[in-house]
Amino acid sequence: MSFPILSSLILLPTIGALFLFFTKDKDGNNSTAKYVSLFTSIVNFLISIYLWISFDQSISDFQFVEDRLWIEGFINYKVGVDGISILFIILTTFITPLCIISVNNSVKNRLRDFLIAILIMESFMIGVFCALDLVVFYLFFEAGLIPMFLIIGIWGGPKRVYSAFKFFLYTLLGSVLMLVAIISIYWISGTTDVVKLYEIGIDTKYQNLLWLAFFSSFAVKTPMWPVHTWLPDAHVEAPTAGSVLLAAILLKMAGYGFIRFSLGLFPIASEVFTPLIYTLSVIAIIVTSFIALMQEDMKKLIAYSSVAHMGFVTLGIFTLQQQGIEGSIIQMISHGLVSAALFLCVGVVYDRMHSRMINSYGGIVVIIPKYSILFMLFTLAALGLPGTSGFIGEFLILMGAFRDNFLVAVLASLGVILGAAYMLWLYKRVVFGKLVNEDLKQMLDLNKSEYVILTCLAIPTLFFGFYPDPLINTIEVSVSDLINMHNINLASK
Amino acid sequence: MENLNLILPEIFISLSIMFLLVLGVFKKNSSGITFNLSLFVFLIAAIITINETFSVNRETLFNGSVVIDKMSSFMKIITLLGGFLVLVISSSYLKIFKIFNIEYPVLILSSVLGMMVMISSNDLIVFYMGLELQSLALYVLATYNRDQLKSSEAGLKYFVLSALSSGLLLYGCSLIYGFSGSTNFDVISTQLNSNEYVLTFGIVFILVGLAFKISAVPFHMWAPDVYEGSPTTVTLFFTMVPKIAALTVFIRFLYVPFLNLIDQWQMIIIFLSIASMLFGAIAAIGQTNIKRLVAYSSIGHIGYTLAGLATASNEGIQSSIIYISIYVVMNLALFSCLLMLKRNNQYYEDIDDLSGLSKNHPLLSLSLLVILFSLAGIPPLAGFFAKFYVFKAVLEQSMYFLAIVGLLSTVVAAFYYLRIIKIMYFDKEKDKYDTDHSLWLKFSLTFSTILILLYFIFPSQLIEVVSRINII
Repeated sequence: MSFPILSSLILLPTIGALFLFFTKDKDGNNSTAKYVSLFTSIVNFLISIYLWISFDQSISDFQFVEDRLWIEGFINYKVGVDGISILFIILTTFITPLCIISVNNSVKNRLRDFLIAILIMESFMIGVFCALDLVVFYLFFEAGLIPMFLIIGIWGGPKRVYSAFKFFLYTLLGSVLMLVAIISIYWISGTTDVVKLYEIGIDTKYQNLLWLAFFSSFAVKTPMWPVHTWLPDAHVEAPTAGSVLLAAILLKMAGYGFIRFSLGLFPIASEVFTPLIYTLSVIAIIVTSFIALMQEDMKKLIAYSSVAHMGFVTLGIFTLQQQGIEGSIIQMISHGLVSAALFLCVGVVYDRMHSRMINSYGGIVVIIPKYSILFMLFTLAALGLPGTSGFIGEFLILMGAFRDNFLVAVLASLGVILGAAYMLWLYKRVVFGKLVNEDLKQMLDLNKSEYVILTCLAIPTLFFGFYPDPLINTIEVSVSDLINMHNINLASK
Repeated sequence: MENLNLILPEIFISLSIMFLLVLGVFKKNSSGITFNLSLFVFLIAAIITINETFSVNRETLFNGSVVIDKMSSFMKIITLLGGFLVLVISSSYLKIFKIFNIEYPVLILSSVLGMMVMISSNDLIVFYMGLELQSLALYVLATYNRDQLKSSEAGLKYFVLSALSSGLLLYGCSLIYGFSGSTNFDVISTQLNSNEYVLTFGIVFILVGLAFKISAVPFHMWAPDVYEGSPTTVTLFFTMVPKIAALTVFIRFLYVPFLNLIDQWQMIIIFLSIASMLFGAIAAIGQTNIKRLVAYSSIGHIGYTLAGLATASNEGIQSSIIYISIYVVMNLALFSCLLMLKRNNQYYEDIDDLSGLSKNHPLLSLSLLVILFSLAGIPPLAGFFAKFYVFKAVLEQSMYFLAIVGLLSTVVAAFYYLRIIKIMYFDKEKDKYDTDHSLWLKFSLTFSTILILLYFIFPSQLIEVVSRINII
């Protein structure tokens, strides 16, 4: 058996966290802890890049598969990647070191514990994207609640307790039904191994209920309208690094789950429930865009824009077209980069002025020009300007949607316009305009670490905007295989 | 001649009890030595149990009134280890309250003896004897801190209500005897197959009595008061050890004498299970005292074990046994934490006393965090697997309603566990607690927390042992 590269990806952050646990805080600013965690996460990133390079893009089978007996005669610990999951793994390992760098500026107390929580979170998130067994997936999916609960609750803002509870209970409530579905699948099909389930399929008469059970979990996590209300609260109260993890990666778990499980396991039910998804997605896109327009709080505005963007993602997934699904995946990656960057941008001004309210800013372009340029870039990427990665995703999704349902596509396109409206208006109110607040003159421009983080995020945003081929090549075979399988399943109904 | 080796552990414990009592009479200040000797008694009894009975498939003694099988030996081992661990972490608590006397280990030993008789019983009379032996010892243990009003109240309450339930049980037994003409479980099971109403009464009375012993809703009323009033170490004993024995008897009653009458009792068990899960989850939300909260949470956990029993399958029984084993470990860990909340010889029991614990005692609060998330059933901790096996068994029988209600009540229950975590981690800190805990206390906390935390790496071992238990 070859080297267990995926398990080491999963385990390495946890081992790093264990090391951190034993580090002593000598000089009062935890520099050892910072370097250990940064080192761990960067090594993990390099491993995942190696994984991408050695990944064979021409076949749709799962690669680097590890299959070990775990619970006698019942569950195997099975992990593996295909073209879809590998991108999410890289996104995770890419965002985590940036989060760790960013804590320098935002987290003041109990830094070591914070880094431990982030590293453990990374382990769980990678686990979610690798898992090829439903129970293993559920394990990682749920386990992630613990560190995130603590991140919001310990290091969050004034209403952190309420937000942390809301986040935890909402997600748990959605997930328990998924657990019922997973165990039922075991009794119906005799296995929880995803690859085997792809082959043997699931009895048609159970599919609708099982699909709904999975949907209840993923809809909360995505989050889809109307169960999105935990997200703005969680985002607003979470510390910057927590918001970044939440927006960039946690939300993607559900989108990934929709592709991997809802589409893959329940093709007939997915067809049946497509109108439901379309309706909810379109409502999410339009309604939350309007809500975003009204926000006074920058973080809340970006949180609502996340809901709208995830509306595009779910829409694209259930178009069941090659372009739609590819677009959704790219949109998720792009949103991972852009929303992370936007939250970091808010974090930058928040660390200086301790206000997230839009009206306390204005005219800062003359004071902090570097920041304003980068903020501009990410604002444009968020509204999907051609040349940024956001455009590719939205464009492909809308293309897929037009092929499937004209009305939905038109309504979704409205969302693009609204997206441009609230993002540009946000930018205008914060960066341009008259300098009213005198305190703003004291603001310093980006320091070195912030500069590094935002540039690191800007490069892939632009690169994939002009040249999305590496992404598309990676996912193409897997997606087309998924759609073929889906069509075969439908035909054999 | 009967093979008395099979009940050697019981014989050994009863002889030791007599010896320790005599020792207490003739030797002054013998509490310390009695304590240590009883620890050895537990260990030796456990070793004998493993040696003599672990490989036995099923054997009966004394005209079939005592049965030794896989279930009885497994449950006896957990009971003995539970008794050992309770005793081992009690000493410092008892010393502070100046009740470190020889009676304590002797009472614990005698109640454990009663439980072992219960676990092995295959006859109504033997079962009742064991039950009374353990209950009598437990009444005294509940009032053990006799200078405290609450403790006396707890003991009295427990005594009155428990006597009532024992009466119901006996009445049920007499009805069953009247219908079957025998007190032996195996004989009863062949005799009972009619659907007479009075027979149903008998079953219901017995189930009510047993439900009282494991504090399932609606027969749970005694639990919060007794748990709160008893000395903490006795509460720990209450939450762990008698439940194991009562659960074993429950399984035996349902699946040996009453197996043919499954239509009569299955609905009752499902009701008890759902009521306990929901009530345990909801009622715990408003509690401010940790021991009361644990009482309600243990009611909830009993609901999950009953869910496994309601399935009428070997998988269900095994899942219940796994659940109770994991639950015992989690409770041990929780109470070890509770016993560490001591400042200037005073113990703190309110949830608010945990406020900001994570700043002053990071390790203690981290273990409590793990324990609470495990009790809430969040993966990848042991508590999740316990629930997972139960619901796997429940869903095998397509009992979707039970599974969904059970899982939804875990969400409600998660709320009050989270509340404790919130108080520990998000709130302002208070004064420091003492850190000079006994080595055994530290050991039991570390050991049980590590078991909970790392159970997911080796989940098969426990299943393998338990999967040998086939009752039906």
